[in-house]
Amino acid sequence: MQETSVKFLPCGDTALVVEFGDRIDRGLSDRVLGLDARIRAAGLPGVIESVPTFRSLMVHYDPVRTHAQALMTAIRTLLSGELDAGRSRRLWRVPVCYDGDLAPDLADVAERTGLTTDRVVALHSATRYHVYMIGFLPGFPYMGDLAPELELPRRSDPRTRVPPGSVSIATTMTAVYPVESPGGWHLVGTTPIKLFDPALSPPALLAPGDAVEFERIDRAAFARIQADCERGTYRVQHRDLAA
Amino acid sequence: MSAALAVVAAGLHTTVQDRGRFGYQAFGVPVSGALDVESLEIANRLAGNDPDLPAVEILHLGPTLRVEADSVRVAVAAGSAEIEVQGEPPASLGGWRSALLRRGQVFRVHRLGASVCCYLAVEGGFAVEPVLGSASTYVRGGFGGFRGRALAAGDALPLAQTNAAERSELALIPPNETRGDRLIRVVLGPQRDHFTEAAVQALLSAEFLVSKDADRMGLRLEGPRLGHRGGWDIVSDGIATGAIQVPGSGQAILLLADHQTTGGYPKIATVISADLPLVGRRKPGDRIRFAAVEVAEAEKLRREARAALDATIASMAPPRPRGGLDLDRLHETNLISGVVFDQL
Repeated sequence: MQETSVKFLPCGDTALVVEFGDRIDRGLSDRVLGLDARIRAAGLPGVIESVPTFRSLMVHYDPVRTHAQALMTAIRTLLSGELDAGRSRRLWRVPVCYDGDLAPDLADVAERTGLTTDRVVALHSATRYHVYMIGFLPGFPYMGDLAPELELPRRSDPRTRVPPGSVSIATTMTAVYPVESPGGWHLVGTTPIKLFDPALSPPALLAPGDAVEFERIDRAAFARIQADCERGTYRVQHRDLAA
Repeated sequence: MSAALAVVAAGLHTTVQDRGRFGYQAFGVPVSGALDVESLEIANRLAGNDPDLPAVEILHLGPTLRVEADSVRVAVAAGSAEIEVQGEPPASLGGWRSALLRRGQVFRVHRLGASVCCYLAVEGGFAVEPVLGSASTYVRGGFGGFRGRALAAGDALPLAQTNAAERSELALIPPNETRGDRLIRVVLGPQRDHFTEAAVQALLSAEFLVSKDADRMGLRLEGPRLGHRGGWDIVSDGIATGAIQVPGSGQAILLLADHQTTGGYPKIATVISADLPLVGRRKPGDRIRFAAVEVAEAEKLRREARAALDATIASMAPPRPRGGLDLDRLHETNLISGVVFDQL
């Protein structure tokens, strides 16, 4: 049986971090998500919510109802046995238009990576990505891992306004900006679908642990799907994957 | 006719907040909620409410509001904030108390003084649709509270009740203002080991100044440069409210209610929950000193703070006449007969 060694880091008296490692790694992510699923299922008294990140799980708690020592003991028990991603994963097909002004940095990415724009698009849309975590903005999914040929540092001149739906890449990750925001990632395409809607529960389309594939669409399809989304008649394709 | 408070002047940043939006941080949704949850709870209790009801959070400068309901019971808590009813002359009703106002009366919340924030609660609460289980406004995300934004002149903030209940008013003895310069207690970590020993010593011995760069997301602090050990970026992890993160500049940022759920800067320490209301009250130009405690001590201090708040709430009583006069009766008399009286 695999030994799961973790570090507990204190975050004041309302949260603690269960740290599995210090790097971005699928194996670490699966263990983080596995513990997250176990904590959610266990319904530990005083636990408010848990937040998975690349390599650690933050557990928020109410110090009037529980305390760190009791929580660490309970979590150690939940860590016993092999930890895997635990939940049934969903595979989403996200339509992306990589054309013209909907892909403002595509030519620049091609130049910097020494690839043609078609090759950049082919590589970006050929990978099945893993949603490591959601953060930075409501509904902003950090997805990896990018094809190594596409790895670039963040832009040296971040934009003050990135339009919602922008599909972006930086380092080993790809993401979609769910709302307008400042941002330093390279914008290689745009999706017509909405990734975040506070009127829905859960508010984000994607959850940590989900899988995502991008499907290249043309401008006509982009306009059609956008109109369907506004009418509320578009359903993003997805299916369950075996856990 | 629907009951509302009409916004005559909005103040600087006036938003609807409750205790926060929990359960959605895994989707990147910040908790938001009141910067000073203790004063929010007191304002709600003075108004006769459950502590979970939304109230109006006022930052820096209070709004002017007009009552568009048969009657409404209002209460203000935190700092030296007072309710002043327009008239000739205006009538100050004080703070840390409830008061009954009637249709057409115009009042403002002013003299915030030592605290950057205060809370205006109304009996029955405000009638705003909860978003993801909370009425808190998250302005950057454009959702929650009143249309996802700060109040503006011309808005009509809907009230859940059209009439105030028949009962006497409630008041508290204002808590001691000297708490404004109390030491703020922190637990070191989660990334203490990303900082030099000198940085930890500086955090716990130096005086920090709250810079002008201060809002509901956090307070940028001016003070000694806090040096990192082995780089200033980490693989993003979760953030707790009260975390003190230190980017490459070495200048600390104390994260408050609207902070992002995750981030890639190391966090040298985290303010304990018992002291979060105290930092929520700090404003640009205020000074902060930190002291370290262990987690178990922080948990004990939180339970003591809860007990102290319960005792404060239990001490609510009908307001004593000020200067030997019954302010409420005088105020009513003034409204009815036009008798002029000096501010008491």
